[in-house]
Amino acid sequence: MIKHLLYGGLAVLGMASAVAAADSPASLMAQYAQQAGVPVSGLSASRGAALYRTEHPGRDGQAVSCAGCHTANPAQAGRSRVGKRIEPLAPVANPQRFTDAAKVEKWFRRNCQDVLQRECSAQEKGDFIAWLSQAR
Amino acid sequence: MNYLLRGIGVVTAVGVFSLLAFSLPSGDAHGDGGGNVLPRTTNKAWQQECASCHIAYSPAFLPKASWRRLMGGLDQHFGENASLDPATQADILRFLEANAADSGTSRMGSRVMQSMGANQAPLRITETRWFARKHDEVSKSVWTRKSIGSAANCAACHRQAEQGVFDEDTVRIPKQ
Repeated sequence: MIKHLLYGGLAVLGMASAVAAADSPASLMAQYAQQAGVPVSGLSASRGAALYRTEHPGRDGQAVSCAGCHTANPAQAGRSRVGKRIEPLAPVANPQRFTDAAKVEKWFRRNCQDVLQRECSAQEKGDFIAWLSQAR
Repeated sequence: MNYLLRGIGVVTAVGVFSLLAFSLPSGDAHGDGGGNVLPRTTNKAWQQECASCHIAYSPAFLPKASWRRLMGGLDQHFGENASLDPATQADILRFLEANAADSGTSRMGSRVMQSMGANQAPLRITETRWFARKHDEVSKSVWTRKSIGSAANCAACHRQAEQGVFDEDTVRIPKQ
């Protein structure tokens, strides 16, 4: 009985982690490269870095950039506009990042609108992850 | 050996049960903790989504009409795009309405409503007369201290805000 419980419990935990690990930075890069019609080698970490750092005029006239909230070093924690901690964006510091495609799409949709006043292209999203996944 | 196995079994069982319990869609109120302590209401999507950028402000701080306005304009949420998929948005709004200030589920909510005009539906908790009265001794220069930033940052001073505790005893105003 106890053995059955033990194995049952392990099976449930195993399934939970399998679901959580459905996506990875590499699988998302492959998806975005395919959408953009380029090979994965056509993604550029340096273009991703530029996208992260470049400042754009925001809605209220103040300059906005990804780095504005996520800080210049994406391996460090950032701060939201109302002061809440944002966990690091770089997978090296936060392995949870880029492991859930729906979450990744949600934040690209929101933050590209806020920073660039438009959606990001598949190429830009791929470049962005290419850069972050090699950040140390 | 047998005891070891049994121990592992029990720990695993407890773990699995608590996993299940926390992953169930929840929206239950577990009683009101008094005037300055909110009932322990929770909803997974509300906690997960709203608390990504700020503390998950309690539904009891605003009336239903406010929450409807707020959830209807998430693409322009105080200057930021906080849009959600329609199913998550509807789930969160249901939870907010069920526990809103005018839902009769908390004493704090009733107090918020006491000083609210009949047709008022403010978007900011700080715009309610209840909030202004509760904070009338806090000067402007305090709100803008570096570690506070603005009145939106409840947890800067209300150290147990995330747990719904707003008792005066738990208030520590940072010096800088």
